[in-house]
Amino acid sequence: MSGAVTPAGASSARISLGPILYHWDAATKRDFYFRVADEAPVDIVYLGEIVCSKRAPFFADHLPEVTERLTRAGKEVVHSTLALVMSEREGAALEALAAEPDLLVELNDLAGAGIVRGRRHVIGPFINVYNEGTVGYLAGNGAVRIVLPAELPQAALKTLTAHAPEVAFETQVFGRLPLALSARCYHARANGLHKDGCQYVCGQDPNGLDVDTLDGKGFLAANGTMTLSYVALNLVRQLDALRAGGVSIFRLWPQAIDMVALSQVYRDRLDGRLDPGAAAARVEELAPFAPLAEAFYEDDAEPALA
Amino acid sequence: MKAESLELVCPAGTLGAFHAAVDAGADVVYAGFRDETNARNFPGLNFSRPEMIQAIGYAHARGVKVYVAINTFPKAGTPAPWARAVDDAAGMGADALILADIGLLDYAARRHPEVRRHLSVQASASNPSAIRFYHEAFGVQRVVLPRVLTLAEIGALTAQIPVETEVFAYGGMCVMAEGRCMLSAYATGQSPNMDGVCSPASHVQYEERDGCLTSRVGRFTINRFEADEPAGYPTLCKGRFAANGDVSYLFEDPVSLNATKMLPELMAAGVKALKIEGRQRGRGYVARVVAAFRQAVDAAAAGGVVNAGLLDSLSEGGRSTAGAYEKRWR
Repeated sequence: MSGAVTPAGASSARISLGPILYHWDAATKRDFYFRVADEAPVDIVYLGEIVCSKRAPFFADHLPEVTERLTRAGKEVVHSTLALVMSEREGAALEALAAEPDLLVELNDLAGAGIVRGRRHVIGPFINVYNEGTVGYLAGNGAVRIVLPAELPQAALKTLTAHAPEVAFETQVFGRLPLALSARCYHARANGLHKDGCQYVCGQDPNGLDVDTLDGKGFLAANGTMTLSYVALNLVRQLDALRAGGVSIFRLWPQAIDMVALSQVYRDRLDGRLDPGAAAARVEELAPFAPLAEAFYEDDAEPALA
Repeated sequence: MKAESLELVCPAGTLGAFHAAVDAGADVVYAGFRDETNARNFPGLNFSRPEMIQAIGYAHARGVKVYVAINTFPKAGTPAPWARAVDDAAGMGADALILADIGLLDYAARRHPEVRRHLSVQASASNPSAIRFYHEAFGVQRVVLPRVLTLAEIGALTAQIPVETEVFAYGGMCVMAEGRCMLSAYATGQSPNMDGVCSPASHVQYEERDGCLTSRVGRFTINRFEADEPAGYPTLCKGRFAANGDVSYLFEDPVSLNATKMLPELMAAGVKALKIEGRQRGRGYVARVVAAFRQAVDAAAAGGVVNAGLLDSLSEGGRSTAGAYEKRWR
């Protein structure tokens, strides 16, 4: 830790833990959340299966105890919906979740947008929010928080945040970035299987399955029906700029690493106890599963948000 | 009861292709303005204002409708080009606007309530609840379904919603849910949602060495072809990649969509309209595909046999798939 450190933001800056994107086994997830409740300096925890509805039953029995434990530890718990709703069963599950009057729900599909109308809710990063017109409409519908898409240019930030000061804006700052959703399961396909008989092979890759180019360069990561970036985002050095743009919540995507220690680095940076360089070096140590990147698209003259 | 005939919605990126589509039997031609407001924002393509007026006049004089696609997401701080596109299309007498952005749908519904609003595939509305939201909030009268649903799901969905459904029947096929894909942004900085492009040619490079042709998009190798292999365009999701030690077309083979054989089932599912992809295609291609589909749609409406092989020779690399319409695709 260095001596004179510039604070990255007021103590009002909050850290969130996004929903677990990968198919970790139920006991691992439960223990992960118990440890988060007891030790991680995060303010908000998003729970729920957003990638594949076939995975949801495995953790359903643990959800109440995990919610209770996190809430008791002072964390705000948000329930995230599935991101691509196709079957009637998936639609019914989403509608039931959106209709729970006492839960704060993160919508990742606009199924449910009519149900939550007039009630406070969160718009997740899988809903397309690119401009002030959309922000204004969603705020009027009851959105109190919007998690912005990774490809949004940083230059757009001030326009959006200034347009809706009553809305809290959240950005993705750590982890492999979700890039695409599909009806097809690539984990199954990579193993010569179909989605219906997938044997839950996605459980073999707790940080996603590396997808390389023909010349051996890391390109993407497969996670069931979701495709993510090969590189993992690390914006710990850019928190000042994001704060200045009006972001007040910073999302860490859970990866199979020490997320308690990782969230502590982000907390220390936000509170000014770590300088940007030291924080970045510490994240490098903690996240060896993939190369880290400070931009969504490397060569962009006008960097995207993430 | 005889099922209602499917409406044939055909692409045009130039006036030449537009006339070809009308003359070949399109019920509707869809087109966009020459800027970033539409999802086929390619150099030399699409319509200036005078061209759009001319095109709409040509179509309307022949009893053919025109849908104007304004289906990218307006850039923060500069909503004017998108609002102007909506205003101009409405003023020119477009029969419907194809829109994806919530803010723009809201604008169009308030400013031009009399002009039909269709929900673009880029809005990725794949379920009754999401579609009902767009209908109730913005008076959307038709939804173009993302290419993620099976035939059975399309039928169940269509029965549950108060709006018409339109499905893709032929042409380039997104493997990912449309409007929810940032692969192109990740590799090139330009995306379908923001710029109206995917895997843009400006970022494509080919390199020939030792008889092998390597194609790249941005910094990433997408495919490599031996001398005797046909080389296709390096669309990001249709390249060869390595995972688990195996090299394969992990996401999708270089195929295009052809749902010709499913026309009777799509009619039975209550689908209102068939969409042909390909605003980037030339007039000859458009003429042949539209003529073939005119024949197939009429045959299906008459309860006759649809010649499923009608368009095989026009498919990408000669290979086609029914994609997500068949459950095994998943």
